[in-house]
Amino acid sequence: MSAANLGPGRTGLCEGPNTEGDLPGGPEVSAVRAMALVVRRELRLSFRRPEQVLQPLVFFLIVTTLFPLGLSLQLSLLRDMAPGVLWVAALLSSLLSLDSLFKSDADDGTLDQLALSGHSLTAIVVAKTAAHWLVSGAALVLVSPLVGIALGIPVAIFPTMLGSLALGTLCLSWLGAIGAALTVGLKRGNVLVSLIVLPLAMPLLIFGAGATDRAASGISSAGALYLLSSLCVFTCTLAPFAAAAALRITLE
Amino acid sequence: MSDQVMNFWAMGGYARFVWPCFGLAGVVLAWNVWSARRHHAAARVRVERAVLMTDQ
Amino acid sequence: MWTWFYKLASPPYVYRSAAALTPWFMTVAVIAIVCGLIGGLGFAPPDYQQGDAFRIIYVHVPSAYMSLLCYTTMAVAGAIGLIWRIKMAYALAAATAPIGASFTALALVTGSLWGKPMWGTYWAWDPRLTSELILLFLYAGVMSLRAAFEEPARGDRAAALLAIVGVVNVPIIHYSVLWWNSLHQGATIAKIGKPSMPASMLWPLLSMLVGFMCFYGAVVCIRLRGEVLNRERQAAWVREAIKP
Repeated sequence: MSAANLGPGRTGLCEGPNTEGDLPGGPEVSAVRAMALVVRRELRLSFRRPEQVLQPLVFFLIVTTLFPLGLSLQLSLLRDMAPGVLWVAALLSSLLSLDSLFKSDADDGTLDQLALSGHSLTAIVVAKTAAHWLVSGAALVLVSPLVGIALGIPVAIFPTMLGSLALGTLCLSWLGAIGAALTVGLKRGNVLVSLIVLPLAMPLLIFGAGATDRAASGISSAGALYLLSSLCVFTCTLAPFAAAAALRITLE
Repeated sequence: MSDQVMNFWAMGGYARFVWPCFGLAGVVLAWNVWSARRHHAAARVRVERAVLMTDQ
Repeated sequence: MWTWFYKLASPPYVYRSAAALTPWFMTVAVIAIVCGLIGGLGFAPPDYQQGDAFRIIYVHVPSAYMSLLCYTTMAVAGAIGLIWRIKMAYALAAATAPIGASFTALALVTGSLWGKPMWGTYWAWDPRLTSELILLFLYAGVMSLRAAFEEPARGDRAAALLAIVGVVNVPIIHYSVLWWNSLHQGATIAKIGKPSMPASMLWPLLSMLVGFMCFYGAVVCIRLRGEVLNRERQAAWVREAIKP
């Protein structure tokens, strides 16, 4: 076994830093069970590497600090800008966390194995992205009240803020999945992912920050939230197919 | 006669907006042609080199 | 009809046809653009509200229209390439991208220069302007993605997918003036039967539109030949084709 040439990074052993013995097996495993296994694997790997989860969160906190420092505004003026600052910081930190979505699995061949496992690649992509959102987007939403207080967002509108961030980060995870799938394996893929994902995420930013902004000004944010939700539904239904197609292109 | 030309040139006071627009349009159209021809020429050079290599 | 379609998938046919079509497209383009300029700058009367500044419409609207047409062409060509695996479709998408990007930039700058006399500002973050700017970024993304792959075929496929994902922006740009309270004015020509412009102002605009479309046809044919050569470097027919 030690003489077998399996390519870089593969040792031929079942255990390793990035491998789990319980990848979904052949087609005798149902699709739902396969997805559950993938989600469980992703979560387990994330807990083994907490820095992959914590670094984007810390980045989020640092970026939100940059704005008040750079603009040296009074708290009252900062409050006006707060929803936008929050959203831009969330967007940028989501981009950072995208690295862990497909890259390490592509590097050690797990992604190829998943693609060959006989299960629908779309289902696997859904499972991976859902798990990724749980440890990145959901974590961000949980941390956002802290940031909200730091930026002077009134506590009364926190529900709107949290709701819009939850929908928005979910959408971002999906747009990021498409971007990450298109650039997996590229050498300088990081900057390119940003170039691809950010233009697609701009409508999201407009409605998401707009919802929080409206709530902060006392106007009804229902319209913006509805638009945000419809964007979310649109993305969540179509993005899995796009991301799976992108993976098929880049993994061939 | 020259009055008409001056009026035309002045574009009712908006000359500094109108003429740069048309000028820029001309530049963009010219760039498109130049860039496309350069692209084709470069492709031809690459093909000729490839043909030479395989002939050798 | 299908034989014509099959011919379009053949690289030597595309290479020869592009060469033959270029002078025709360019001639019509030059005539149409010159007529449009003469009509627009010379014969059209100054606008009641904007005076002579409205004449920017004769470059702004055609370039904005072409920016959308080129992106749609790129996305459709990409889709054809992905679905039917026709390499020439990818060549068309690759050829169209820089042309469309230049039209988008032109639309943004001419729009900005028109905005100052019309609205008092060079820029506003209104839906149509913002989504047109996003279009420019999408073009940049598609071109960068294609260039980032070492294997050109893979780059073509990835860029095609991205172009298709981004095509959702095109109807947003078009309908943004309808869906939102936009600073930008609404549709000028599209109202069937009764456009809101007088004939003397309208025909130069139509002429410029035709001119820009034929210009695109000419330039894309030139670029397409380069793209075909790049993709068919090893093929046998290429040796004969490049002999002067």
